[in-house]
Amino acid sequence: MNITLIQSLINLLSVLFLALGIKGLSKVRSAREANRLAAFAMFLSVIGLLFYYLGTNGISQQSWLWIIVGSLIGSLFGAILAKKVPMTSMPETVALFNGCGGMSSLLVALGVVFFQKNQSLIQDLSISVSIFVGAITFSGSIIAMAKLQGWLSTPSWTQNRVRHLINVSIAIISLIAFINLLQSSDSSIIWLLVISSTVLGIGVTLPIGGADMPVVISLLNSYSGIAAAAAGFVVESQLLIVAGAMVGAAGLILTQVMCKGMNRSLISVLFGGTLASKSEKSSGGGEYTNITSCSVEECALTLEAANKVIIVPGYGLAVAQAQHTLREVAKILEQNEIEVCYAIHPVAGRMPGHMNVLLAEADVPYEQLKEMDIVNPDFPAADVVLVLGANDVVNPQAKSDKNSPLYGMPVLDVQEARTVFVIKRGMSAGYSGIKNDLFDLPNTSMVFGDAKKVLSELMSELKELGVGAK
Amino acid sequence: MDFAQAFWILLLGSLLGLELIGKVPPTLHTPLMSGANAISGITMLAALTLIIQAKNNLPLLLIGSIALGFALFNVVGGFFVTDRMLAMFNRKPSKNSKLK
Repeated sequence: MNITLIQSLINLLSVLFLALGIKGLSKVRSAREANRLAAFAMFLSVIGLLFYYLGTNGISQQSWLWIIVGSLIGSLFGAILAKKVPMTSMPETVALFNGCGGMSSLLVALGVVFFQKNQSLIQDLSISVSIFVGAITFSGSIIAMAKLQGWLSTPSWTQNRVRHLINVSIAIISLIAFINLLQSSDSSIIWLLVISSTVLGIGVTLPIGGADMPVVISLLNSYSGIAAAAAGFVVESQLLIVAGAMVGAAGLILTQVMCKGMNRSLISVLFGGTLASKSEKSSGGGEYTNITSCSVEECALTLEAANKVIIVPGYGLAVAQAQHTLREVAKILEQNEIEVCYAIHPVAGRMPGHMNVLLAEADVPYEQLKEMDIVNPDFPAADVVLVLGANDVVNPQAKSDKNSPLYGMPVLDVQEARTVFVIKRGMSAGYSGIKNDLFDLPNTSMVFGDAKKVLSELMSELKELGVGAK
Repeated sequence: MDFAQAFWILLLGSLLGLELIGKVPPTLHTPLMSGANAISGITMLAALTLIIQAKNNLPLLLIGSIALGFALFNVVGGFFVTDRMLAMFNRKPSKNSKLK
């Protein structure tokens, strides 16, 4: 059998496994195996490529050296980061990985355009696409990561309409550079394209609010697939084109699905700015008028008298690593024959399914975790609701205010309970940056402070009251 | 590889990608995104090709090697992180309550 045929067969197998991998990842039962299958397919594709070159032109010793150095360093850092990163910062990690994929496509295109001569028009075209999409993916992902990490906030000037004008002008500059690059490979034009695309990536991502970031990352992920497909045209690899196109298209669908889940359209995510800037226009300012703040002691007294307590955990709880302390408090309450359960919103935390895992780690019994649809009718019967580090998912605006950007998003009906305690660091807005009407309600009291600190104070207050002493 | 052929491949690949994902439960949004992201690191094949074809051109070898490093950072990190997430979903909390 000849070498080209064998490589083609290996490639075909890789594509098949990659496709099965993506398909399997969309079902809970098969997801983990599917991920491994995809990883295996990637490994197979490398083997196929090396096999092909070994059998034809051979691979020089120097090439081997650079291959080994590059892949060792990259894999090592990737593996270390993947192992060490806390589960709470998963979205930004994916953004970082994605940005590096874009960077890789960009570098390949630059390498070819600077150091390999005699390109065809197709190659010129694909090099331009690879540079353009690669640079946008890289800068956009890095901005997304920085925003999710909290290193970067949304500057208010980016909420101005002028930003569209700026972005459009940058896009036109990129387009001009793009077209010029097809006729000449002058280095100044190449750099113009690199810089303008990078700036465009920043300009488009910067105005988008934190709540929409997962959607943006998914879209950028689709871009990096397109960049990979373009790189496939550059180095004339069929496998790369198929795989890149597949990820690009699948990423687009996933983006759509995520948008639907958040009740937002892709257009409004990309060009609408943050939700907060819109809410100011539509629902008359974000000022709180009727905030009741209370001490931990009062909170403890109310809890002592309660019969049924529902706890609403959110991302803030996970950040403060307070789930263990929360479990201790719940235990004390249970000893006093108070009914305790946890209301889990589908997007509690920033990763769906995230909160269940965190609470399970703290030994919270599975039966006490209740999903939104099941727990919502229970709220009117609850004496006390403790909201810990959750915000947007308990905003009654989503049901009552048709002008609210949150309108239509499913929320927990905590306001139906007799008393609501919101434990929060300060009056800062939630992830979406929208005012929470819940805080203004007469039956809501705010307990300010770090979730972990408040909970441990609450615990000692409860003990002092003799709760759970029996 | 002629252009028409490459374009057909691009088209069919895209159509396949569009068909692959139908319904995805919200629980899997993040892992699926992360897994697809790892696959987009397939651009490592382009970096590999670049290095192999570079002969003794040092700058090209260097760029190729850096590109390969970035791509593998994406691939290895991406698959590991996806596996970590999925492992958490698989660990049924009911096992925890049985222990008690």
